[in-house]
Amino acid sequence: MKNPIAGGAGSAARVEVALPHSGAVRRRAFERLLENERLLAFALLTPTVVLLGAFIAYPFVMGVWFSLSDISVGQPAHFVGLKNFVKAWNDSIFRTAFWNTTVYTFWATIFKLALGMWLAIILNRHFRGKRLVRASMLLPFIIPTVLSTFAWRWMFDPTFSVLNWTLYKMGVIVTKLPFLSNGDWALWCAIAVNTWRGMPFFAITLLAGLQTINTDLHEAASLDGANGWKRFWHVTWPLLKPVTVVVVVFSIIQTFSDFQLIYVLTGGGPANSTHLLATYAYQIGVATGLLGEGAAISLFMLPVLFLVVWAQLRYLRKLEGA
Amino acid sequence: MVIERRWKKWVFFYIPLTVFVVGTLFPFYWMTVTAIRPDAELYRSWRAVNNAPFWTLHPTFEHFRDLLAKTTFPRWLLNTFYIAVASTAISLLCGLLAGYALARLRFPMAGALGTSIFVTYLVPPTLLFIPLADIIRDFQLGNTPWALILTYPTFLIPFCTWLLMGYFKTIPKELEECARIDGATRVGAMTRIIFPIAVPGILSAGIFAFTLSWNEFIYALIFLSSPERKTVPVGVVSELIRGDIYFWGQLMAGALLGSIPVALVYSFFVEYYVTGLTGSVKG
Amino acid sequence: MAQVMMKDLNKKYDEVHAVKDVNLHIRDKEFVVLVGPSGCGKSTTLRMVAGLEEITGGEITIGDRIVNDLPPKDRDIAMVFQNYALYPHMTVYDNMAFGLKMRKFPKPEIAKRVQEAAEILGIQELLKRKPRQLSGGQRQRVAVGRAIVRHPQVFLFDEPLSNLDAKLRVQMRVELKRLHDRLETTAIYVTHDQVEAMTLGDRVVVMKDGWIQQVGEPLELYSKPANRFVAGFIGSPAMNFMEVAVAEANGALWLDTTGLRVKVPAPLAGRLGAYKGQRITLGIRPEDLHMATSNDPADYSFDAIVEVVEPLGSEILLDVKVGQSVIVARVDPTVRAKLNDKLRLALHPERVRIFDNKTELAI
Repeated sequence: MKNPIAGGAGSAARVEVALPHSGAVRRRAFERLLENERLLAFALLTPTVVLLGAFIAYPFVMGVWFSLSDISVGQPAHFVGLKNFVKAWNDSIFRTAFWNTTVYTFWATIFKLALGMWLAIILNRHFRGKRLVRASMLLPFIIPTVLSTFAWRWMFDPTFSVLNWTLYKMGVIVTKLPFLSNGDWALWCAIAVNTWRGMPFFAITLLAGLQTINTDLHEAASLDGANGWKRFWHVTWPLLKPVTVVVVVFSIIQTFSDFQLIYVLTGGGPANSTHLLATYAYQIGVATGLLGEGAAISLFMLPVLFLVVWAQLRYLRKLEGA
Repeated sequence: MVIERRWKKWVFFYIPLTVFVVGTLFPFYWMTVTAIRPDAELYRSWRAVNNAPFWTLHPTFEHFRDLLAKTTFPRWLLNTFYIAVASTAISLLCGLLAGYALARLRFPMAGALGTSIFVTYLVPPTLLFIPLADIIRDFQLGNTPWALILTYPTFLIPFCTWLLMGYFKTIPKELEECARIDGATRVGAMTRIIFPIAVPGILSAGIFAFTLSWNEFIYALIFLSSPERKTVPVGVVSELIRGDIYFWGQLMAGALLGSIPVALVYSFFVEYYVTGLTGSVKG
Repeated sequence: MAQVMMKDLNKKYDEVHAVKDVNLHIRDKEFVVLVGPSGCGKSTTLRMVAGLEEITGGEITIGDRIVNDLPPKDRDIAMVFQNYALYPHMTVYDNMAFGLKMRKFPKPEIAKRVQEAAEILGIQELLKRKPRQLSGGQRQRVAVGRAIVRHPQVFLFDEPLSNLDAKLRVQMRVELKRLHDRLETTAIYVTHDQVEAMTLGDRVVVMKDGWIQQVGEPLELYSKPANRFVAGFIGSPAMNFMEVAVAEANGALWLDTTGLRVKVPAPLAGRLGAYKGQRITLGIRPEDLHMATSNDPADYSFDAIVEVVEPLGSEILLDVKVGQSVIVARVDPTVRAKLNDKLRLALHPERVRIFDNKTELAI
């Protein structure tokens, strides 16, 4: 770049003074390096790779090491092989937690998908105040889960539940429903709250998908004599499937690894009957201080997550290939 | 348009829509009503006569007063706010740079790196919190805001990168080629031409990242211990419940106040938020 | 204001060898057009000159500097892109001033040059607008204006007219030509449109599959195509090709196929001697055919049956069947021809081109 740029009618105005100023020279050299595509890519990616490496890859490796050791708070680690995993597997609370996590994820995802799809179809119509309705529908997703879950916990309160009051006044029940005081009820309550919170995410993303579908297709289909349900099944659903798959995968991952909702709503109770993997790992690893065992419990999430992610990557590849 | 009968419109549209709206918003209404009722009204047996739980006859701000005066709630708000802003800023910066590199530059391993960033996007914090707590201690970050400012980006950066990468791909690459011929360096073309054009994408990613940081719970629960350093969600859980006693009025007041900032940010940028949300899964 | 030299220029992507051994000397002030079908390597060549693609092998010189390792910003060139590449967040003025600002020109000088360029292109009224408020033709002008304010050593054009509608394209073509005559800056212009190439270029470079096929002035390419590809690519409608046998009879060489038998004109006969008894390709341009009259010697005329009539006003294109093949003839608008009519056509013997069947080179 020391070459004075040759010629040109306006070259008189070009003030290119190459003073031997060391700072300037160094900056030039640095600039020069960044003109190289690979070096630039390296420079741009470094912060991300360092952060993700330090706080995701490194803890992940540590977590695997923890799970294979008997480390606990204040105690050094010794390698114990798969003992923690075996212990967890023989632990009835763990089994309950694993089963709960599966039930919780399965039903919450189904409800979120069904209700979200329904809401998306409703919101896909034109009506006055649509923007306002759509914006307010997302509120459960925006508001910190912990805070909104407290509102639900208050609504499920054993003594002062507004839901019990309403049902009682309507004559549906004669005695209180044991929302959170019965293990089975409590898990279904958690599923309901999770559905309430996650459904808008489904609805809004599916709505975005719906809006990309050409209305001509629907009109063509109804001219062909397809009724509402058939139109949905043969026109809308196939076109919506790619978005749906991705949304469902996200939701499964988030629901399967959920922590805060149960932590606030039931704390795992009553009598450890509503623990999820994450809350049980927290109880063992953080509250009790058995880091190794806790790490092993949370690692039980991995195969499921891996499977889901793998399936999604495969699906995306297939779509790209098509 | 497909023509339909009136009763059908009621059954398939108005009634379900109303149920959705009421069901979605009722908990927030309930939060508000609880927050402004005096304790005497709150804790009345559910079968008591004259019990009208859906509204209050004696609205009061005593719960808010107590919350702001007798607890460190204002500090929590402040903490949450600057932790969310700082981690969003870091994530946006990293996401911009990495997203640009992945969308535009040719280099070895680009595909593998893109995939691994996408995969980290799907690693939930609850898988990592136990070892991460140890690492935070090792780095001497325990009980400091930095513990969160540095760890929140782990779930924000992949998302920001993904979203911005998609946005950059929609910008014709001739724009920066032209800028480079016009006399800009690669970095200059990126910062002067591409980033300004990507402002809507940056806003979407930023708003979404901000709401996610505001929402985060488990890291904040584990990494922070002093009451005055906590964030709103953790503070409400751990400080407003004394022993086993729930002060519902105060709790709901806290929930309400803790939700308002993020709801305000959301309401100003709904469209950007929705773009971010839908983009977060489509990339 | 500078010459551009390409020496043994090569570009390889992972699998594809996009540009092969390109040698080209573009003289100072010359307007050179690279033309060819898509994927022929013309854009890649241009982008290597611009510095947007790394050079795999060979050397590019602009002025007297080898620019292989110079980033685009230091090559003192300006480029106009097919999609105009106007910065959407800047006004027209800022778009045009950007390159000068980056080079730290003083403000008054920038203003002067932008005004000057805007006047040349007639876009003074648009300077405060944003690109999205402009029509296609206006954007095109701004893109050109942005290139000329810098007074670069070389202009590069990458299919700049392809996004315009047909009428505007012709108009802009004329303006570009006038602009070049006025500014006298060396220009390299890439297009897939041979008409653009012929009308704009001082010289035209025809490329295919990464190779240069021929370099020459427009009329030279038209009248003396180096090979069958160039012959077919240049000229519209395209040249007709027929496979014929070279036969000797009555002491002369004849080109022979079903339905056609023409005598080899004297100047060609010498070169065709070696092909006696072999098959070659005969090329006849549609405009070199006409309705046979009594003046035309029988040795250069043949019968044809009309298959399609395309009256264009100033001329008529006839698709006619000769033996097994269908060829196009461009005839006088006074000719009255109907479907299935039997005509007698004649050719200009000295304008016939012949090509080797294997190498496809002109004989």
